[in-house]
Amino acid sequence: MTDAKNRYQAVLSHRLFWPVAVLVVLLAANTVYRPGFLSIEVNNGHLYGTPIDILRLSAPLILVALGMTLVISTGGIDLSVGSICAISGAIACLHISQAADQNNMVTVFTALAMALGVALALGAWNGILVSVIGIQPIIATLILMVAGRGIAQLVTEGQIITINSGPYRAIGLGHFLTLPLAIFIALGAALLVAGLTRRTALGMIIESVGGNREASRLAGIRSARMVFLVYVVSAVCAAIAGFMMTANVSSADGNNAGLWVELDAILAVVIGGTSLAGGRFYLGGTILGALIIQTLTTTVYAMNISPQTALLFKAVVVIAVCLIQAPAFRAKLSRRRRGTPTPSTPSAPRQKEEVSA
Amino acid sequence: MTDSRPVLTMTGISKSFPGVRALHNVDFQLFPGEVHALMGENGAGKSTLIKVLTGVYGIDEGVVTLGDEQVAFSGPMQASAAGVSTVYQEVNLCPNLSVAENIFIGREPRRFGAVRWGEIRRRARQLLTRLDLDIDVTAPVASYSLAVQQMVAIARAIDVQARVLILDEPTSSLDAGEVAQLFRIMRQLRDEGIAILFVTHFLDQVYGIADRITVLRNGTLVGEYPTAELPQLALVEKMIGKELDVLERIEEQPRRELAALEGGTPFVEVSELARKGAVAPFSLTIHAGEVVGLAGLLGSGRTEVARLFFGADRSDRGEVSVNGKPTSLRNPVQAIEHGVGFCSENRRAEGIIPDLSVRENMILAMQAARGWLRPIPRRRQDELVAQYIKALSIRPANPDLPVRNLSGGNQQKVLLARWLITEPRLLILDEPTRGIDIGAKAEIQKLVVQLSDGGMAVLFISAELEEVLRLSHKVAVMRDREMVAQLDNDDTVDADRVMQTIASGATREEVTQ
Repeated sequence: MTDAKNRYQAVLSHRLFWPVAVLVVLLAANTVYRPGFLSIEVNNGHLYGTPIDILRLSAPLILVALGMTLVISTGGIDLSVGSICAISGAIACLHISQAADQNNMVTVFTALAMALGVALALGAWNGILVSVIGIQPIIATLILMVAGRGIAQLVTEGQIITINSGPYRAIGLGHFLTLPLAIFIALGAALLVAGLTRRTALGMIIESVGGNREASRLAGIRSARMVFLVYVVSAVCAAIAGFMMTANVSSADGNNAGLWVELDAILAVVIGGTSLAGGRFYLGGTILGALIIQTLTTTVYAMNISPQTALLFKAVVVIAVCLIQAPAFRAKLSRRRRGTPTPSTPSAPRQKEEVSA
Repeated sequence: MTDSRPVLTMTGISKSFPGVRALHNVDFQLFPGEVHALMGENGAGKSTLIKVLTGVYGIDEGVVTLGDEQVAFSGPMQASAAGVSTVYQEVNLCPNLSVAENIFIGREPRRFGAVRWGEIRRRARQLLTRLDLDIDVTAPVASYSLAVQQMVAIARAIDVQARVLILDEPTSSLDAGEVAQLFRIMRQLRDEGIAILFVTHFLDQVYGIADRITVLRNGTLVGEYPTAELPQLALVEKMIGKELDVLERIEEQPRRELAALEGGTPFVEVSELARKGAVAPFSLTIHAGEVVGLAGLLGSGRTEVARLFFGADRSDRGEVSVNGKPTSLRNPVQAIEHGVGFCSENRRAEGIIPDLSVRENMILAMQAARGWLRPIPRRRQDELVAQYIKALSIRPANPDLPVRNLSGGNQQKVLLARWLITEPRLLILDEPTRGIDIGAKAEIQKLVVQLSDGGMAVLFISAELEEVLRLSHKVAVMRDREMVAQLDNDDTVDADRVMQTIASGATREEVTQ
């Protein structure tokens, strides 16, 4: 019995318990409101249904949030990802729109390579501002957040570029093994980042730089180089997200593509349990955070909440999610419920026994 | 000794952290008008007891009584409002605020809601005059030395109408004159009827000022004794829990002759190395297996010399050769490639990565040297970490605990392990024994002897002359950011001789030879 209780405690205190719980509650609430919410049907060899839509629509956010996780882990922040989404989407669409045959694979891949190259340069710009010149990350990336929209406008010459390219559209809407291709792209990126950081020592070194930059330097880590690297990774992730966003609508809009995605990404990272102060990062948590945010957006539409109150509704849920995750808040809550000034939760004495044993 | 009732009583205090039982059923009492020393090794629970008392941590079990009332403070602000003020081990001031602002932060005198700045400056000046400190109260705190900052922190604590003043290792960064000044203040406050709880690792200071001593060990109470009835040796035994003769044994070991060491090949040779504003040009040769001590007062340039040897700062002139080959030490990465390791004196800001585990902190330097693409296999990590946890008796012996949960002395040992794992050829230790207890200190000293016997060169920096003289083959003396002498540590050299050198700045010829 104690065993079962201990296991229950272990599940409760797991980092990902609260994000998962919130996601389950959100899905359950939707199912109650609309019983068909979770149903998935096969149509034309592809799976369709709201859960699949949520996964597909959250793919760009997951990508942006992955890069953001690494940046935040070093104690920084990257506000320019939304603009980078717009720029990369605009460049790719521009190149395709000028081609004679928009369905040519070579054209599409050249477009992607060009856009990725520009994203690399933009990431390097951010990285240099932060790591070499030493500008505070929020200011350094604010420059590109603002200027980047202008660059996207220049690329599109203020127009919305529409394209008609099958291969490009597939990035956003294509299918692979019955599931949307975007899900696989996001999953692949997540596995790649996870492998790069956790199978090598990169993750620990990034966390070390975020935890104490000067101490890391004195331990022989090239701290500045690590900081530079994460901004480049973040920009590349944003660029791929930008492809998805523009492919979804087969057009590039310099003004609106990826608008405010940086805020959603930061939110996803925080919900996932990575501290904005830097240090430990949790990629799994970030992905869950992105899914929660997308589910919330879908919920707002599904429940026919009026656009005027939709943002407010979202904000309230987000505040609740953040509060319920904070151990300090939970402690305060349980203390108040018990009505005693000193908390004597049943878990505390048991922990002590384990220690003394 | 007063026979009045205690102003503060703590009964049956227990406190646990995840994986650590910091305090177990500890009793403590404090009388008005006494200086009460709280003694114990690192991790004995001294800091935890203080933090529990001032409300930084909640109490798991036990009762605290202040005057006649039972209290449970929710934080240091509430505690100081009730008359329990603390000056912490590491100075807790806002470096960017002025001295006066720091003293009155959080309790500014106001009129109609507006802060009365004139009043703040006037009262700050008054307070500091009481402490014999003549400084500009409008200058930012960061512009003053650590010692002055400590005095400012004390000024802040005593301004509140304190009944209990807690000084948590206030002297670890002060020089002898400043300590005397602090003691004068402490006696003055004691005579005013304030109860002073004093934590320190310097035994002489305890016997110089404390009326009574309470000893903790491993989170439990060993006992409470009047200072006069507890000889030093008995105190050390109570703190350690076993007879300690390690220090004596180091003395007994025959020290290898300097001449023999100097005959070998020099590991690192610097000539006329300097950095503007940090240290004047100096030349120094360190041989394999040699311990070179750096002596000098606080701020004399000891740390600056060490940082140049590690490339933590760049030198702007001078030459370096390692193993006879000319090279440069421009950054830590380069120094580490040459086999140099560096334990900073500032272990919180420049040493530990608080969020990472003990294991990760230990392997960090080795991993950095290998590059991120070649992670150290987990099994090898576990072997290394287990080996050094055992060798340095790091407690608690849990490699997965975040290093911030460890006590200061154990964090220091983790840093030592970080460098020992890289098997350096020159290890620079900047104040490795500061703020840690006598047991850990003896262990670290013993380790230095062992390492140098094994052929490792050590650059050893300490404010304690006895320690430098006990370990070093050669002592370089710093004064006013200049290396004024290099003394062969033979029978003719003792603490007096070094102090004379520091005082007079003489024997220039020995430097240039």
